[in-house]
Amino acid sequence: MPETFLDSTELVLNMGPQHPSTHGVLRVILKLDGEKVMGTECVIGYLHRGVEKIGENRTYAMFNPYVDRMDYVAAVSNGLGYCLAVEQLLKVEAPPRAQVVRVILTELNRIASHLLWLGTHALDVGALTPLFYCMREREDVMNIYEKYCGARLTTHAFRIGGLIYETYQGFEQECLEFCDKLLPRIDEYEELLTANRIWQKRLVNVGVLTAEECKDYGVTGPMLRAAGVKWDLRKAQPYSGYETYDFDLPTRTNADSFDRYIVRLEEMRQSVRIIRQGVGRLEVGPVMAKVPKVIKPPIGEAYVSIEAPKGELGYYIVSDGSTQPYRVRVRPPSFVNLQSLDKMCRGGLVADVVAIIGTIDIVLGEVDR
Amino acid sequence: MADDPKPEGTPTPESAPAPKPEAPPAEAKPEAAPAEKPAAPAAKPAPKPAAPKPPPVMETEPWEGELPDALKAEFGEQITGFLTYVGQSFLTAQVGAAVPIIQYLKHEWGFDYLVDVTATDDPAKPERFELVYILYSFSRNERIRVKARVKEGDKPPSAVPVHTTADWLEREVFDMFGIEFEGHPNMKRILMPDEWQGHPLRKDYSILGMDQKWVQDNLGIESGQ
Repeated sequence: MPETFLDSTELVLNMGPQHPSTHGVLRVILKLDGEKVMGTECVIGYLHRGVEKIGENRTYAMFNPYVDRMDYVAAVSNGLGYCLAVEQLLKVEAPPRAQVVRVILTELNRIASHLLWLGTHALDVGALTPLFYCMREREDVMNIYEKYCGARLTTHAFRIGGLIYETYQGFEQECLEFCDKLLPRIDEYEELLTANRIWQKRLVNVGVLTAEECKDYGVTGPMLRAAGVKWDLRKAQPYSGYETYDFDLPTRTNADSFDRYIVRLEEMRQSVRIIRQGVGRLEVGPVMAKVPKVIKPPIGEAYVSIEAPKGELGYYIVSDGSTQPYRVRVRPPSFVNLQSLDKMCRGGLVADVVAIIGTIDIVLGEVDR
Repeated sequence: MADDPKPEGTPTPESAPAPKPEAPPAEAKPEAAPAEKPAAPAAKPAPKPAAPKPPPVMETEPWEGELPDALKAEFGEQITGFLTYVGQSFLTAQVGAAVPIIQYLKHEWGFDYLVDVTATDDPAKPERFELVYILYSFSRNERIRVKARVKEGDKPPSAVPVHTTADWLEREVFDMFGIEFEGHPNMKRILMPDEWQGHPLRKDYSILGMDQKWVQDNLGIESGQ
């Protein structure tokens, strides 16, 4: 045995809170042995705004725009979950046309969220080009939102009981054009990345989280499906009429970062299928159910969750019969999924930590709320 | 409801239907209002209480079936109720039984996914906090809630040995409500700064009542509130 060139002791290294790869303000304390990660600890809360406390001090309708600010990359999904939860308490259902428009906009949002994820994840791992392509496609979705409700990011597109805006002239056309445009573009990303040796070296067998571990950590969304569990709330407990749409759930078995990439790409293709079906179903009709001006759900409580782009997004709302919710609990997918970071990083290399943070697909606005 | 007939009844019955009602006048007027006294009060309350009279308590239904029966046999008195509201089932239990119930549900009934741990606060009650565990079973495609009431200062057992998810979720409950969990591996704040005073989601914590001292010491600013 040759003498060790340099004795290394365990080293504690701070990553973040402003490291570019942490997608916001996440601080990870790394315990390192050389380049090997012996343990991590996440420090979160830098973006904590007390959303749940705000909810208790606002009326039901006033709190609706706030939820957009949690996962601001998928604001429409946040709004859908909240509206469904309050509608459950009020025992009303949005009219059919509103439900179809909701599905179309939510699926567009899933595509936008996955596109942003793909671009930034590729950037973290060292591929610069996909970011610009992904932003280009995402721009089309943002334009549809802008025309629909005037906002691009925090849209506040849905209201309790349905929609406030009718779709604009040419909405269907633009959605279909976007779908036609997107599919070959996804193939393009695949050409850039899937068989790329650097891409594969950085992702294959990195950040493995098996199905059992996923369930133990409460991890949902594309991460769970990449571990081989064919589970999606849109299929398991359908809402907004998802049971009537024809789409598949992509799954993989390796449970690593590469499989999550494949699953997310395939999910975008499936979303395109849903949007096309939805556009074909748009019929003339009301977009708002009969909801009182002052929303006062009867005393009760409900937990309603939807499949957000990042996993299960749940709202647990307790009503005391007044105009303000007694308690609004948000079950954020990013927060729960981030907890598995330590498990995935242990034993890996420092450089992999960056790839693993990317593969979880977190938005710190939702982690910290 | 009890108040309504009195102000309407005291003036002359003729004038009663005239000022307010929208739906009943069609019926009430042709019936020659002055002749029948009971007709006017009877027609009045009929359209009103139907819509805007929410019950003062949660309108729950009992939760029956194979699963609650098995739980009843296993835990007996420790579970105080099986209820359903808007199609969602939940049970209320004594706080010491919550984790054993979750463990039992995981191993015997396949509730292998702990969706969420949270709490609600009601300072008026002697056991002010209510812990809420949301569980899901992949095999049964079923979601249930386990609820347990906790006193101020009580230390409920931690669910981390059963579900690793509970780690951060219980830390958040501690951070927001000040409920400490016995046996938790790392019981400290998660979202608020470590030195922060107070637990924000308690009902007696005002939305303006932030820890001014912490803000001034650490940020060097007046909070503006």
